[in-house]
Amino acid sequence: MEINRDILLLMLRRMWMIRNFELKVMEVHSAGEFAGAAHPYIGEEAVAVGACAALEDTDYITGNHRSHGHPIAKGGRVDKAMAELYGRVDGYCKGKGGSMHLADYSIGILGESGILGSSVPVAVGAALAAHIRGDNFVSMAFFGDGASNQGSLHESMNLASIWKLPVIFLCENNQYAVTTSYAETVAVDHVSDRASAYNMPGMLVDGQDAIAMYEATSAAVARARAGEGPTLIEGLTYRFEEHSLGLGRVARGAYRDEAEIAEWRKRDPLDILEKTLISQGVATREECDAINAETVDEVEKATDFARNSPFPEPEDLFEDMWANPIPLP
Amino acid sequence: MAQTVFLEAINQAIQEEMRRDESVYILGEDIRRAIYGATADLLTEFGEKRVLDTPLSEEGFFGAAIGSSLVGMRPVVETLTSFMWVAMDQLISQAAKMRYMFGGQATLPVVFRASMFYGAGSAAHHSDRSYPMFMNMPGIKIVVPSNPADMKGLLKTAIRDDDPTIVFEDGTLFGMRGEVPDNADLPGEELLVPFGEAKIVREGTDCTIVAIGGAVNHAIATSDQLAAEGISVEVIDPRTLVPFDKKTVLDSVEKTGRLVIADPAHKVCSAASEIASIVAEEGFWSLQAPIQKVASEQVHIPYSPSLEKHVYPDVPKITAAVKRTLES
Repeated sequence: MEINRDILLLMLRRMWMIRNFELKVMEVHSAGEFAGAAHPYIGEEAVAVGACAALEDTDYITGNHRSHGHPIAKGGRVDKAMAELYGRVDGYCKGKGGSMHLADYSIGILGESGILGSSVPVAVGAALAAHIRGDNFVSMAFFGDGASNQGSLHESMNLASIWKLPVIFLCENNQYAVTTSYAETVAVDHVSDRASAYNMPGMLVDGQDAIAMYEATSAAVARARAGEGPTLIEGLTYRFEEHSLGLGRVARGAYRDEAEIAEWRKRDPLDILEKTLISQGVATREECDAINAETVDEVEKATDFARNSPFPEPEDLFEDMWANPIPLP
Repeated sequence: MAQTVFLEAINQAIQEEMRRDESVYILGEDIRRAIYGATADLLTEFGEKRVLDTPLSEEGFFGAAIGSSLVGMRPVVETLTSFMWVAMDQLISQAAKMRYMFGGQATLPVVFRASMFYGAGSAAHHSDRSYPMFMNMPGIKIVVPSNPADMKGLLKTAIRDDDPTIVFEDGTLFGMRGEVPDNADLPGEELLVPFGEAKIVREGTDCTIVAIGGAVNHAIATSDQLAAEGISVEVIDPRTLVPFDKKTVLDSVEKTGRLVIADPAHKVCSAASEIASIVAEEGFWSLQAPIQKVASEQVHIPYSPSLEKHVYPDVPKITAAVKRTLES
């Protein structure tokens, strides 16, 4: 598959943006600049970026608790994302959502859900709207190997298949649900094997390879737009950091081998993409480094933006409850 | 004015709104063949894409309705209260919370029509009157109609409202006949009942009964019987619990000095509990007697009719409660 150079460079930029955003989040979170949970996406960047590169702004995504990668991959703004983590009024959700609930309705990011598997039926619903109205958009639900065991996933896949809805079920299999391994919790070798139970294609993809993710997702999107129904894609990947920031301090005992972590770190998705781009003459080492540096700079500016944004006022507590407001009880 | 059966009123509301607005569609279990009656003939008029029979997957299709509402559809979900338990995550984590959590970006014009089949031997798994549980959770508007005209007018308002709404349809009223105005006789030629406006069903001076859903008819019967004994009872139907028209209730209690609340839900943390607390906090100095709650006994719904008939508010219980307020 011939991929446009702009798309390849956009993928590299977005992957560096996520990586540098997350590194910054880890730095400022450990410095105590904001509280609350945050779940770093480091190591998994190729999954969301490759998948979202196959989408248009008019397509929809929903996501989960590991929530910074999806919006940035879909083209979201790091300044509004960072301000949301800081709980400020200029954040994506005016400080009401925080790390686990980023959303940008202007570009189809319908929101990240802290309850796992819960946003998958929502993505199916967006696709149902396309089906009823005859619109041409698709929707994509990101979920993990852990959520693949939720009933909502299975109901959603069945529903999407019987109605041939334009939805892509995008499993980020990072192999651990917090500290519990895939092998302990999933009855099949691959999440993608579950597609056959719902009469849809299941694709197992190297989730460290952004180009492979882009190609697989492009095929699923084409299928969805053609009215042929849903696809389940499993991006096999690995979480390089802890489940959430600070969790390492409370977990009793290790649940992953150091050797396993080291082995996966050798398959860094940024190295893999850069090597491909350089070897194919798409970009030079200097160009790749410049993209990295530009995203470092952009994340730095986003962090300053967040720090300088005001906190919400007490009266903001009561805003945004209703579209047609009603009196407080 | 036409005499209309409660179920027909539901059907008219859906049909009129589907004709008016192409983004309105309906989904649920067995609705194409209208096994509960409310969706009769919709398939013929509106076709398969807008009248969707779903698999038994409440979590899946409740969520799908919610997701479609985010992108401009106006879904009407048909279900039973008792089936909502398996979709609670979608109702609470998504429908109720999304708008606030996302800083006002999400708009969810989704309606859940939840039938409450109690009082007819349906036993514990099919007899829930669960609206108080949803009153406790911010983010969902709650409607409990008590007659065909309000059923039609409130459902039409719910479909047009931009917030998630659950319409609790009282199964004990499904066969009730009542006057529903002809559209041609109405301003704007349609019946719309606003949210947050209680209705004074009977005017009276000695005691106020606030009654919910199917209990409204019992309260009216109580009022009529007590009138023969020279006791003047005012009956108020809140019609919507979220938003709740507390002014009408407080004004009435100021006049009568006494309050009975008749609520088919379980009595602990019921709608009656909340209304009692509002009046205790804001209308205390109007009260001449303790507030009386007449709600369902705190047991599960038994199958045997000889047991079930003792569970719910009825005319004798409400009458006794009114008399207790007058003894003080």
